[in-house]
Amino acid sequence: MRAYKVFAIKDGTVIDHIPNGKGLRLIAALKLNDMNTVLTMGTHFTSKRLGRKDIVKIEHKELSPSEVNQVCLFAPTATINIIREHKVVKKFTVAVPPVFTELVICPNSRCITNHERTPSTFYPLADGERLRLRCHYCEKIFSHEEVSLR
Amino acid sequence: MPTGFTGRDIISIKELNKKEILLVLNQAEKLKRAPEPELLKGCVMGSCFFEPSTRTRLSFETAMQRLGGSVIGFADPGVSSATKGETLYDSIRIIGQYADVITMRHPLDGAARRAAEATEKPIINGGDGANQHPTQTLLDLFTIRECQKRLTNLSIAMVGDLKYGRTVHSLAQALIHFQPTFYFVAPDFLQMPDHLLEQLREAGIKYSLKKTIEEVVNKVDILYLTRIQKERFSDISEYEKAKNLYVLDVPLLAKAKPNLRVLHPLPRVNELSPAVDSTPYAYYFEQAANGLYVRQALLGLVLGKL
Ligand SMILES: [Zn+2]
Repeated sequence: MRAYKVFAIKDGTVIDHIPNGKGLRLIAALKLNDMNTVLTMGTHFTSKRLGRKDIVKIEHKELSPSEVNQVCLFAPTATINIIREHKVVKKFTVAVPPVFTELVICPNSRCITNHERTPSTFYPLADGERLRLRCHYCEKIFSHEEVSLR
Repeated sequence: MPTGFTGRDIISIKELNKKEILLVLNQAEKLKRAPEPELLKGCVMGSCFFEPSTRTRLSFETAMQRLGGSVIGFADPGVSSATKGETLYDSIRIIGQYADVITMRHPLDGAARRAAEATEKPIINGGDGANQHPTQTLLDLFTIRECQKRLTNLSIAMVGDLKYGRTVHSLAQALIHFQPTFYFVAPDFLQMPDHLLEQLREAGIKYSLKKTIEEVVNKVDILYLTRIQKERFSDISEYEKAKNLYVLDVPLLAKAKPNLRVLHPLPRVNELSPAVDSTPYAYYFEQAANGLYVRQALLGLVLGKL
């Protein structure tokens, strides 16, 4: 019965292995609510890898890696399955995207992005294990832990 | 031959490579030797100062006028629409419809980058908060080259508030292209930030951290002074102790090399004695004057006339 805890979908995208409790954040970050399609989310699923996990299923919509990679800041373990006719036709894991748009809040209170409506833009700086982020506007560099997300 | 500058925004010194920096300096040098009073005839510069900075504003506006162009804009945020709640984006978008190029200063970090998104016209950043002030860096480089006849392999001391000083950070980064040896002279808590030192190490640039001007004055070609602000000290007695270590007076220059030149972004407070003005080492007034030529060069380049 495992497959039916969240009902199976015929076509669309299943995002699995989302860290427990981050499903809603993922829905918000990817603006899935705006897609006007059936969306199901399950939370506290048992996972061998994560202990507990969330799952999100989006019907009739195939997400691309570049869209989903935005979530790597809070859901780096997520895996994406593209479903056609009940079959997984593509499977990929989340990677660091070239840019984060509209997701990160700049911790610099003197940054223009905190004073007038500006689409937040951050570039990841690959630096071994540490993920650091540079604000496109104020040019300041922050560690992954320093930033908060919209 | 296209310079790659036409229509381009000048927001951050980091976006200019060595070749481009030298191109700006060479054009500035030409304009200093041979003025071009007709070069920008018919062109309009929008001068948008959301924060007062008379020195920078007058330098930009004079640069434009001495090239035959004209200037519109505002110098006081009180008379601009910023106080009526209009966004920077909207203000720049409107001014971009009147002007061919916009020079601006703004109290917030990243404002120039944002402004550049509002208009197709080139933006020249005259300072965005604590972030960037590329024309200052270019005029510093121009002045160093002018007084030393070269930019490469110089020994350069930077003195004062090195932790928060935007000017010294940008200058140190830009000088990476020219293999300098740095001496950073400051009290521990005002020393160069780690990320900058890390960048220098990665680039193989030699530097050492010093506590007094005395230790370095006989070694260097350039002594770049900055202001130490009282506000940075939490303990006023620490300030009293520190302040004299970073004041340059004539006796301190006794061991200086003959080619040493003292630079300072101005305005000065008490870190640079007026007695130094009449020594052959003083070069800070020439430095300030050079801002005009560097800004002329940038205006001519982004408007495609050089
Ligand atoms: Zn920022």
